[in-house]
Amino acid sequence: MNFLYERFLGGKNGAIGLAILAILILIILPASLDLFRLNMVGKYLTYAFVAVSLVLLWGYGGILSLGQGVFFGLGGYCMAMFLKLEASDIESTSIQSTPGIPDFMDWNQLTELPWFWVPFHSFSFTLFAVIAVPAIFAFIIGYSMFKRRVGGVYFAIITQVIAVIITVLIVGQQGYTGGINGITDLKTIHGWDIREDSAKYILYFINAFLLFGVILISRFILTSKFGRLLLAMRDKEDRVRFSGYDVSNFKIFIFCVSAVIAAIGGAMFTLQVGFMSPSFVGIVPSIEMVIYAAVGGRMSLIGVVYGTLLVNSGKTIFSETFPELWLFLMGGLFIAVVMFFPNGLAGIWDKYGKPHLDRIPKPKFLSSAKALISNKNASSVKDSK
Amino acid sequence: MGEYSIQELTSIFAMQGFAGLSLFSVLLLMALGLAIIFGQMGVINMAHGEFMAVGAYTTYLMSVISETYFPWFTQYYFLFAIMASFFIAGILGYLTEFILIRHLYKRPLDTLLATWGLSLIMQQTFRSLFGAREVSPTLPDWLMGSYQPTDSIYIPINGMFVLGLTAVVTIGVYILMYRSNWGLAVRATTQNRIMSGAVGINTKKIDRLTFALGCGIAGIAGAAFTTIASTGPTSGSLYIVDTFMVVVFGGAASLFGTIASAFTIAQAQSILEFFISGSMAKVLTLLTLVIILMMRPEGLFSIKVRK
Repeated sequence: MNFLYERFLGGKNGAIGLAILAILILIILPASLDLFRLNMVGKYLTYAFVAVSLVLLWGYGGILSLGQGVFFGLGGYCMAMFLKLEASDIESTSIQSTPGIPDFMDWNQLTELPWFWVPFHSFSFTLFAVIAVPAIFAFIIGYSMFKRRVGGVYFAIITQVIAVIITVLIVGQQGYTGGINGITDLKTIHGWDIREDSAKYILYFINAFLLFGVILISRFILTSKFGRLLLAMRDKEDRVRFSGYDVSNFKIFIFCVSAVIAAIGGAMFTLQVGFMSPSFVGIVPSIEMVIYAAVGGRMSLIGVVYGTLLVNSGKTIFSETFPELWLFLMGGLFIAVVMFFPNGLAGIWDKYGKPHLDRIPKPKFLSSAKALISNKNASSVKDSK
Repeated sequence: MGEYSIQELTSIFAMQGFAGLSLFSVLLLMALGLAIIFGQMGVINMAHGEFMAVGAYTTYLMSVISETYFPWFTQYYFLFAIMASFFIAGILGYLTEFILIRHLYKRPLDTLLATWGLSLIMQQTFRSLFGAREVSPTLPDWLMGSYQPTDSIYIPINGMFVLGLTAVVTIGVYILMYRSNWGLAVRATTQNRIMSGAVGINTKKIDRLTFALGCGIAGIAGAAFTTIASTGPTSGSLYIVDTFMVVVFGGAASLFGTIASAFTIAQAQSILEFFISGSMAKVLTLLTLVIILMMRPEGLFSIKVRK
């Protein structure tokens, strides 16, 4: 029990933070917002998956990927392909020259379904693909880069170029991917209409629980020995290498994990928003996702969720009222976070918020109970010896 | 490819090749500035494209001013616009280094984010000042028209001018970096900052001037850019990824490598563009580059440095 508490929740501070976040996301926001706004929050929370993946990769691993949008997009596109196939059955596409294929394929004179679309008729395969496709892709990139000790700035540039390649490819191959408009008009999963109000609520909660699951698993990874190695690698890579660890394997692993986390976010995005397009894949969205992590605090799994919510609400509010100001603000945010608050919101909280919290005197019975437990543990250790 | 005759194919190759040379010129001018900043200082400047746009907008402004107030000057303004672009972009670069970059030398990944923020601010500034529409300066008459060596080959004069300008700037950079005392100090700082400081080089001043020089060259790239395309607020960011690829592919801190890789990338893209669609040409070029870089991460021509 104690093991689970320390490893998954991250001790007292982690548990309190998680509880507060859970109350906010699962109770306060659904109770106070209308469905339209709640759906928007759900959309932001899918970006939070990417932010969490960046905590693992960038905050702890020291590897800055400017192509996380690619994995977000891969997950989203896998899900969108399934939904699109279900939405374009023979009856509803009977006016096309080739019924039974998605409409954009028909517009681009394709007469049969491309081979890589065929397996996406199956929902279980789609769920598998959401995890597997980004993982394999990340493995290929990670293997070829980290084995050759490409790191730091070079890795950032190359992931950026990969983001450009994938975007240009998606936009250019309109017949296979839906082009610049993306895959739209998504309707049902096995007949369950995802556009209905009840479905939106259900998807919001599925999304929130998945996010908590991802945070718990990430916490587990970071509190393990692997997490400590990751930090050591970030700070002194050579020493870890000289201690006999194969640094590149660890980097490949964490890159794949972060890709999968981002992809889950992408798949949930498609389900909640109802479309997927290349505008969530390229450089600009990828770097924006980095700023969510930076604002929230690149070392804090919970902070980045707040960071994502804050930046996105800011973006929505400002682009509704002063669209010109938003880019100035966004740019200023990048600079300010980097120069003055490298640990983001979580850093501010640790510096100013937490000391106050710690000063609150604990109830007496807690400390005596704790002493009791530790005595018991100590005696049981003695007994077993 | 079957429907073209041999002669037509040669002409296509010649003209696409020359279009590639224009792209090469702009890429090289951009990459020279970036190679100086990235290669010598290890700083990633994501706002480099916006410094190019500063040069382009300066040229546009000069064109508008000379047209409105000094009509007799319109034939000559372009030469002055190049110099003005250099100095304005350079001064902005100097200020950027002073205010922003110098605090972040120890954190290269953070510099990347901060300069990205700067690029957003600069883009929005362009949009507020000059509008979202693309603008282009009125070129003087002597830059218009084209040179026609055979019946089917047209070579635009502005392209040749840009090529010449690129050659002059490249030679200038070479002399400055490899044949002057200042260049010696810059290269010494790159190799060993502490020792350079110990022998009396003011490394902070060197950093500031190097950054300013890199941005100034980006400004010249902007002036050259106006002769082949029109300028919008996001023009700079369109080229930034290509430019980074040029620098990384050529091997940072290698002038010859930068030239060779700018040439290869521009030519490959431009000739492929004619036969397959533009987007696929870009995908193929970038993909090849990424694969080559995965096999040879240090770039084509790299100087062995002790890390």
